[in-house]
Amino acid sequence: MPASSTTKFILFVYGILVIFLLYLPLLSVGFASISKARYLTFPIKRYSSKWYFEAMNSGTVRDLLLTSFSVAIIVTVLSVIIAFFGALAFARYEWRYRSAFQKLILLPIFFPQTVLGLALLMWFNALGIIPSWKTAVVAHLVWIAPIATLIVAIRAYSFDPALEEAARDMGASTFTILREITLPLLMPGLISAGLFAFLLSWGNFPLSLFTTGADSTLPEWLYAKMVSGYSPLVPTLGITSVIASLVLILVFFTSAWLIKIIRERNVTSS
Amino acid sequence: MQRLNQKLGYLSALPMFAVFIIALFAPLLVVMLFSIMPPKVFSLMNMPNFKAYSVFFTQGYYKSLIWSLGMAFISTIILLVISWPLAYAMAKIFKRFTLVLTLAVVMSLFVSENIRLFGWVLTMMKGGLIEGYFRSFTGFGFDSPLYGVGVIIFGLVYVYLPFMLFPLAQGIAMVPDDARQAAADLGANRWQVFFQIDLPLAAPGIVVGCLLSFVLAAGAVAESKILGGQAVITIADDIETAFTFGQDWPVGSALSMILIVIIGALALFGISRVDLDQIMGRRR
Repeated sequence: MPASSTTKFILFVYGILVIFLLYLPLLSVGFASISKARYLTFPIKRYSSKWYFEAMNSGTVRDLLLTSFSVAIIVTVLSVIIAFFGALAFARYEWRYRSAFQKLILLPIFFPQTVLGLALLMWFNALGIIPSWKTAVVAHLVWIAPIATLIVAIRAYSFDPALEEAARDMGASTFTILREITLPLLMPGLISAGLFAFLLSWGNFPLSLFTTGADSTLPEWLYAKMVSGYSPLVPTLGITSVIASLVLILVFFTSAWLIKIIRERNVTSS
Repeated sequence: MQRLNQKLGYLSALPMFAVFIIALFAPLLVVMLFSIMPPKVFSLMNMPNFKAYSVFFTQGYYKSLIWSLGMAFISTIILLVISWPLAYAMAKIFKRFTLVLTLAVVMSLFVSENIRLFGWVLTMMKGGLIEGYFRSFTGFGFDSPLYGVGVIIFGLVYVYLPFMLFPLAQGIAMVPDDARQAAADLGANRWQVFFQIDLPLAAPGIVVGCLLSFVLAAGAVAESKILGGQAVITIADDIETAFTFGQDWPVGSALSMILIVIIGALALFGISRVDLDQIMGRRR
């Protein structure tokens, strides 16, 4: 039953509407961030970029960005490593507890993040560890590494195990196979997983809330200001955080596109 | 070969397993132990009792739980209804637009949830984007819909849309076109195709989508705090308060345990009914 063109059109409009509603709040934040007034009301009368300059010159903001970035980058590296092996256990190797492992991986995703953060706080306390941004890395990891694993697993499902078996038949060791066959084949999945890991960690708030101790990440600071009363820096920093994510995504897609072009050129010239 | 596969399986699951032990199972155990400590203590070296659990009934925390579960239930139903046409179109009708939609929805996930909710506050508040422009064009203002139960449910629907949409689209993609075609050829009408072909064959996607949105919404706190102005206190909010202002770890732990058991039972029930290999597109 192919859909009629009216149905198609209605669904298309519906899709556009959903995208519009998803981003409408960001539009408001964007407008608010360039409003000159200290107390925001729409319609905005005068625009200015002064809050951005204020944010740039603030030491607090620099610390926030640095903390968020450190957490995100370490979470990314660790998640990608764990996800590489995790995805093989998830999708590739036939082992006894594979289906149990698959279900286990989903557990943290279902878990309420606030509660997980609090549970970790008590656990660190019981161990005598003082929470700092380093403990936040652990908290992010238990939520993000499984998601990264799922992303790599999708890639791992799509490759042919015969490739590895052929290499083994020709005498390659397990380590050589991992390095020469598995790693390059999973690379696109690993890169997407890394991107996801970074962005999810960068934007995460509920896990950071209780696990960063005296340090503070950007989303945490934003939340604190939102609940305790309006500060004109909230929309500004919110947008800064969004722009940072956007730049990363753009870099990712441009480099993927460039690599594709270079590869195609090499194929045609050789 | 089989034995090697076994060994490699165990070995490669090891790093993830280590993370789980250090950062999920051990903390859970601590919560479990704290929940049977007498209220207001900060150490596990006390005589265990179940006082913290009785507080759940005596101090009205069960009301927050009912609110949380109720709002999660309503938002899940709304999500299912509004996501179905879109998920259907993504799986079966749109071609390039599916990619655009997927990217747009995934990218919205990367923006911190509280920035997006704060954006809705700016959009909906009196003198916000909608009311402000409406008044400047027509001269009439209207009351802001913020700070109520309705707007909290709206926030839940907004935040958890991706968690319903993607599993649903994946589930619908698993319905073979031939089956629908055959049913139609045999004289089934639109509704019969929907109830007897689409729904049962897309069930794994529906189960995962509903489960994810319900569970995440049940543990949500930011929607009621930022959009709802705490018109309703959710159970996660109570848990947070017990730990922070209340300084009562055992009560916080007991409340956490109650939420965890409910969510865990639902999640295990749902996950055990679903074949992940099939959903994630394993060949063979």
